[in-house]
Amino acid sequence: MNPVLKIEKLTKSFGGLTAVNGFALELAEHEIHGIIGPNGAGKTTVFNLITGVYRPDSGHILLEEKEIANLPPDVISRSGIARTFQNIRLFSQMSVLDNIKVALHQRSNYRLWDVILGLKRFRSQEKVIAKESLEYLEYFGLTNRHNEVAGSLSYGEQRRLEIARALATHPKVLLLDEPAAGMNPREVEDLISFIRKIHHDFGLAILIIEHQMPVIMDLCTHVQVVDFGQTIAAGDPETVTNDPLVIRAYLGEEEVEEHEASGN
Amino acid sequence: MKQHQTTKPMSLITKLRTATPSWSILAIAFLALSGVLELLGDMDYLNQYYLHILIIVGMNIILVASLNLVNGYLGEFALGHAGFMAVGAYTAAVIATKIGPPGLPTLIIALIGSTLAAALIGYLVGLITFKTVGDYLAIITLGFNMIIVNAIQNIDYLGGPRGFIGIPKATNLFIVAICVVLTYTVLRNLVYSDHGRRWISIRENAIAAELMGIDINRAKNMAFTIAAAFAGLAGGLWAQYQQFITPKSFDYIKTTDLLVMLYLGGTGSLSGSILGVVFYTVLMEVLRNVLSMIDPRLAELRMLISPLILVVVMLTKQSGLMGNREWRWFSPRKEENTDESCS
Repeated sequence: MNPVLKIEKLTKSFGGLTAVNGFALELAEHEIHGIIGPNGAGKTTVFNLITGVYRPDSGHILLEEKEIANLPPDVISRSGIARTFQNIRLFSQMSVLDNIKVALHQRSNYRLWDVILGLKRFRSQEKVIAKESLEYLEYFGLTNRHNEVAGSLSYGEQRRLEIARALATHPKVLLLDEPAAGMNPREVEDLISFIRKIHHDFGLAILIIEHQMPVIMDLCTHVQVVDFGQTIAAGDPETVTNDPLVIRAYLGEEEVEEHEASGN
Repeated sequence: MKQHQTTKPMSLITKLRTATPSWSILAIAFLALSGVLELLGDMDYLNQYYLHILIIVGMNIILVASLNLVNGYLGEFALGHAGFMAVGAYTAAVIATKIGPPGLPTLIIALIGSTLAAALIGYLVGLITFKTVGDYLAIITLGFNMIIVNAIQNIDYLGGPRGFIGIPKATNLFIVAICVVLTYTVLRNLVYSDHGRRWISIRENAIAAELMGIDINRAKNMAFTIAAAFAGLAGGLWAQYQQFITPKSFDYIKTTDLLVMLYLGGTGSLSGSILGVVFYTVLMEVLRNVLSMIDPRLAELRMLISPLILVVVMLTKQSGLMGNREWRWFSPRKEENTDESCS
């Protein structure tokens, strides 16, 4: 089967620092794929390269076999990649409902004239958009909050709204950047079943960056470990987390020795 | 008991408080009122001075509400609005004096011309400007305002620094009121459409907006063009009301006046723009009258008092009088519709 998202030899440097070095990835349709690695390993940079926030120095990013590297972010988004952010980026002064409506903007086909003159096409389309947005909110359990400003939601609700907003753009690939950051074990449990649910219901391919190992272990079929911009291990979660290189990257040299000593 | 209470019909007071008259009824009532005032003025039952203040208020509403599109909804800090007004005013002046005979058709053509001319200039300035954001955008738009004023000063055909004289008077309160209703309706429709939501989302978080698939430059340029178009309309009205325009009256001081009214009323709120304009304009006139009644030499004190009031408002209520909120009467009723559909 052809991968939905295929990345080859992706490289990006900032000044003297090579943040991402020869990164490669193949994400099959309907697969959940994890990226782990210590802080500053270049994981979020990979997301920023895929979504066009940064331009790669070299390499290829293929979405359904079409090159998207070097395209502007809005074009990449429209071709089917959506993401959430490590530090939530909602439109905090807008209502919860309007946050979803923004994501649905490609759905409307009214013209500027329809709006300026307040024509029927504009009004009926607006109703359709409002209805569809409310459906998203209902699915995400945010219906009773639809009129509040997004900034007033609780942390967990903001995370959910951000995912809802990303899904409202109808992506083929969803990138989740540390969705479980700052959550306690129970909230993480909820998040895992929630991601599983949207994965099933929306039929997406998902790429997750996460530090909370339960998320990776429970959801991902394939994990890639990144350190200093390079992939140091890849495979199924079990194998990867037992890889000595990975343990070393996470714990540091000395502690690995201690770890091994105590193990023996 | 509780059930009984919830099924009880709404009291008359609640009904009146939650009733929202339809926008077209409001607009027609507003137009009728200004028509009557205009007639009263024509028949000398109403002091021309009051009519003059109302006309100024109307033109300022068009200017401030359209500036709100860029500085409020889009969240940029543009400083060139009076420049677009100048483009509109001079376009209207040329059309009204050199082309058509005085009368309603010429007025309409002049107003359309000034709107389109300002929109075109706005579009071109937007193309250059929106490569930058923040402070740089402010400086570029300020520079543009100066360029327009200086350019006009050096064009003899337009009267140069002496100004353009002999424009036929065609604007009256009723015409201004029609333009205010038109502007307000269009802006309101835009703000509550996809376009408006794009602008606000760019203000809230440009990166997230871009990653939602929004073409940021295109959206910004559209806001800029539309804002400029309405500034041009106001300029066209102004020229055909004052009959005499000078480049000086469109310099950055005029822009600053508009900014003061905008931030006083509150950005991101169209009813705030109305409130800001009415509050500021009426306040200035009241101060002028009251102070000169006490002592004519004190009249200029209003130039000190009104900025002071702005400072106080900004210190106590940073979002202005109405920041990001709307009067229920002035916002569309779709929120109520969605309430019904989910209850």
